[in-house]
Amino acid sequence: MQDFRPKIIAFYCSNCASSAAKIANKMNLYLPEEVKLINVPCTGRIEILHLLKAFENGADGVCVFGCQEDSCQYINGILKLKKRVEHVKKMLEEMGIEPDRIEVFSLYAGKGQDFVDIAKEMVNKINQLGPIF
Amino acid sequence: MIIAEAKPISEILEMVKDFSKILVVGCKGCVTVCNVGGAKEVAILASSIRIGMRKKGKEVEVGEITLERQCDPEYIEELRDIIKDYDAVVSIACGVGPQFIAERYPDIMVFPGVNTKFMGGAIEHGVWAERCAGCGQCVIHYYGTMCPIARCSKSLMNGPCGGSNHGKCEVSPEIDCIWDKIVRKMMAQGRLEELLKIRPPKSWLTARDGGPRKMVREELAK
Repeated sequence: MQDFRPKIIAFYCSNCASSAAKIANKMNLYLPEEVKLINVPCTGRIEILHLLKAFENGADGVCVFGCQEDSCQYINGILKLKKRVEHVKKMLEEMGIEPDRIEVFSLYAGKGQDFVDIAKEMVNKINQLGPIF
Repeated sequence: MIIAEAKPISEILEMVKDFSKILVVGCKGCVTVCNVGGAKEVAILASSIRIGMRKKGKEVEVGEITLERQCDPEYIEELRDIIKDYDAVVSIACGVGPQFIAERYPDIMVFPGVNTKFMGGAIEHGVWAERCAGCGQCVIHYYGTMCPIARCSKSLMNGPCGGSNHGKCEVSPEIDCIWDKIVRKMMAQGRLEELLKIRPPKSWLTARDGGPRKMVREELAK
């Protein structure tokens, strides 16, 4: 358990979250190595299957960075995703897996610091939960 | 279409816990349209079984296939070369599918992966409502083309009852009183008098009261 280094898959959208990531980069703020990024055009494109596949293929945690609920370029992508994440949380619970292993965050485009801080918090949380299997 | 809902994954994991090779079988018919048993849902359930079983400390092989339909034997036959590699099947078609598979392949355990709910349609995306009770003798044209059997909580043929309240049913404010709708539509169409017509009692012999049903069409049957 002491050697545990969590694997975290972070989906992020091409709009607000992507801007936040770029700003973080310009501020020389970097994500923890445990977090692997997957870019999607909009978080509304992320299906339940994508989230499950991350766990099936070895992720200890999954997080999604998207837009504020009122500023999705595709109107309601982040709202759709939030419902799907809630559904996956229930599924994980039924499987005996902590639902906190998956989270979704609405970012402001200019908040690069938030992007990195939230990712670090997620790493800490998954570290406390330990390996998924 | 036939409307179904997914069983909780915990229930399915309990069903298949003693098996190591599990085949999840979907159907491209009704359950694909109501987003519960098509190719996408097959992939979701298969992934859930792999994750859930691994969490229980057991690695399982989970196969995925989606048939054109599970309510026609020729499509069930497509499983013949595949099914022998598995020791359990989870069908996510309506209740017909797992029974057809079990009848065709009597040596394998077949489990239902969904709860079949009713015959109905989508009233908006993600919301389905019951429209037909399959009584075997359709009379909806007497009632403004609305079925009082499927859509009245009491299946009244001569409503509304005293529980009708501002267009809603006493059973739940979520349920429309179909008799309120029937009367209003008949009034709007100038056909209210038709509701006063004395009709013979409905025969339920064509419904479930006549036992399990079977239909033979001589011009089609061999």
